[in-house]
Amino acid sequence: MIVGNRKPLEEIQEMIKPYKKILILGCRECITVCAAGGEREVAVLASELKLSRTKEGREIEIKEFTLERQCDYEYIDQIKPFVDEYEAVVSMACGAGIQYTAERFPQKIVLPAINTTFLGVTLEQGVWSERCQGCGDCVLHLTGGICPVARCAKSLFNGPCGGSSNGKCEVNKDTDCAWQLIVDRLKTLGQLDRYEDIIPAKDWKPSREGGPRVRIREDLRLD
Amino acid sequence: MTQSNIERLLEKGVFVVTSECGPPKGADAEAVRKKGSLLKGVVDAVNVTDNQTSVVRMSSFASCLILKEMGFDPILQMVCRDRNRIAIQSDILGAAAHGINNILCLSGDHQSFGDHPGGKNVFDIDSMQLIQTVRTMRDEGRLIGGEEVKGRPNLFIGAAENPFADPFEIRAMRLGKKVKAGCQFLQTQCIYNLEKFGKWMEMVRERGLHEKCAILAGVTPLKSAGMARYMKTSVPGMDVPDELIDRLKGVPKEKQAEEGIKICVEMIQQLKEVPGVRGVHIMAIEWEEKVAEIAKAAGLSPRPEA
Ligand code: SF4
Ligand code: SF4
Repeated sequence: MIVGNRKPLEEIQEMIKPYKKILILGCRECITVCAAGGEREVAVLASELKLSRTKEGREIEIKEFTLERQCDYEYIDQIKPFVDEYEAVVSMACGAGIQYTAERFPQKIVLPAINTTFLGVTLEQGVWSERCQGCGDCVLHLTGGICPVARCAKSLFNGPCGGSSNGKCEVNKDTDCAWQLIVDRLKTLGQLDRYEDIIPAKDWKPSREGGPRVRIREDLRLD
Repeated sequence: MTQSNIERLLEKGVFVVTSECGPPKGADAEAVRKKGSLLKGVVDAVNVTDNQTSVVRMSSFASCLILKEMGFDPILQMVCRDRNRIAIQSDILGAAAHGINNILCLSGDHQSFGDHPGGKNVFDIDSMQLIQTVRTMRDEGRLIGGEEVKGRPNLFIGAAENPFADPFEIRAMRLGKKVKAGCQFLQTQCIYNLEKFGKWMEMVRERGLHEKCAILAGVTPLKSAGMARYMKTSVPGMDVPDELIDRLKGVPKEKQAEEGIKICVEMIQQLKEVPGVRGVHIMAIEWEEKVAEIAKAAGLSPRPEA
C-alpha cells in the first residue's frame, strides 16, 4: 500500500491561514489503512484546526468528507455539489489523490495535508515499512525476493557494501542491511550460486523515462 | 598493459606501497602539494579520495592532476554516489586523456555521513558495474550505452573490499565478482584483526583470486586508545580487537601515538608474510607525515624508480 504521514499541524495552519471555510477531504484506501488520512484522521485534523482558530479569535468553518478513493473521478465527483461553497480543499489522500482532486477542480485551491512517503507493508500494528520504489522493472526473482532498490540505502545491485555490519546497514543501526537479507534468503532457498552472477547496470527507463509513467490496457478501454 | 607504475611493479613481483591523499576543503592547490611532498619517494602510487565520507572537497580528478605534475602516479578514486553513468564515463575519458593511469572503483559512503545530508544520491550504477564499465571502455572500446569509444581509456582497474564486513562468508565471493568484472588490484579496508584477515585470505586463495588480482593490504596507524575505541564502536564494518586497544591503553597518553606507529609497522611485517598479499596500502588520515616513517621502519624504502 501507499504509506504517508500527516503534516505537522503548524504547517497546515500556515497553509489555510487566508481561509475561513474549508473542506477536509479524506480517502478510504491505503491512507486510511496507514492511519494518516481516513475518516478518523479527517475528524482529528478538523477539531485541531477549529480549536486553534478559536484560540486565535478567527473562527473557521470546516466540512469533513471522506471519499471511497481519491484517485478516481467517479468518486471525486461526489464533492461536486458542494465544493464551491469552500474556499479551499485540504486533501488527506496520498500525493496522487491530492493531485487528482486538484485536476478535477482546476479553479479550486487544493492543499496537501499528507506527506506521501513510500510503498510498504504493515510490520505490526502502528508500524509500516518500505518495500518497493516502483522502479518498473522488478528484479525480485534475482535477489531472493528482497528489493535492493528500495531496501538498500545505496540501491546496490551487487551488494553488500563494506559498511554492512552484524546484519545492519551502515546508515542506521536499526535498519536491516538489505544485502544481508538477500544473502540469507538465497541461502535458505538454496540459490546462493545466484549471488555469483553480476547484475549489470540497470535500465532505469521504466522508472525515470521522463514525465509521469502511463499504463494502458487496450482491452479494458471503452473507446 | 597500461602505463601504471604499480601495474609495472606488480608484474615484476615487487611488493608495492600505496598511500592516500585526501584533497582539501577548498581550492588550495598548495595544500595538495604539501600532502604530496610528504609522500614523495615513499610510495609507488597515491590514492586520491573522492569526497570521502560524503564531505565536499576538491575533486579527485583535479587533485590527481596536481599530484601528477609532482611526478606521482595517482590512483583516481571514483564513487557512484554523486554521478550518473553519463558523468562517470565522461570523467573516466577525461582522466585517461590527462594521463591518469589508475582508477579505484567504489560505491561511496552514504551522504548522510557527510556535510550535505540533504543531498540526493545517485547510485545509478554500483561499484561492480563501475568496474565493468571501465573494463568495457578500455578493452572493448564501448560505452554502457553501446556507442564506440574513440581513444580508449587505458586504466589499471582497482577496487576496495572490506574483509571484516558482513556477511563474512560471501566476502571472498564478492571479490570474485569484482575480479570477474575486471578488477586487477584490490585495496582492503584497514586491517587490525590479522586472524580474521587470514581467514578471508584463505577463502581468496581457495578461489585463486590472489593470482588474478593483486591484493594490497590496508593499514591505518592508530593515534591513541581513544581513536581505536572510536573506530571499533563508531565506524561501520571496522574490526579492532580489544587486545590492541588494551595495548595502547597500557602506555602513557603521550606515548600512544608512538605505540600506534609501532603496531602499524608490526602489522605490515606480518602482512608481508601472508601468502597472496602483494603490497600494502597505508592510510594515515590527516597524519600523512608518518607514512614515510612507517614505510621505512617496515623495510619498504627506498622505492624503486618510477
Ligand atoms: S525491484 Fe523495482 S519493482 Fe521490484 S520491488 Fe524493487 S522497486 Fe519494486
Ligand atoms: S549496509 Fe547493506 S543496506 Fe546499507 S548501503 Fe550497504 S549494502 Fe546497502
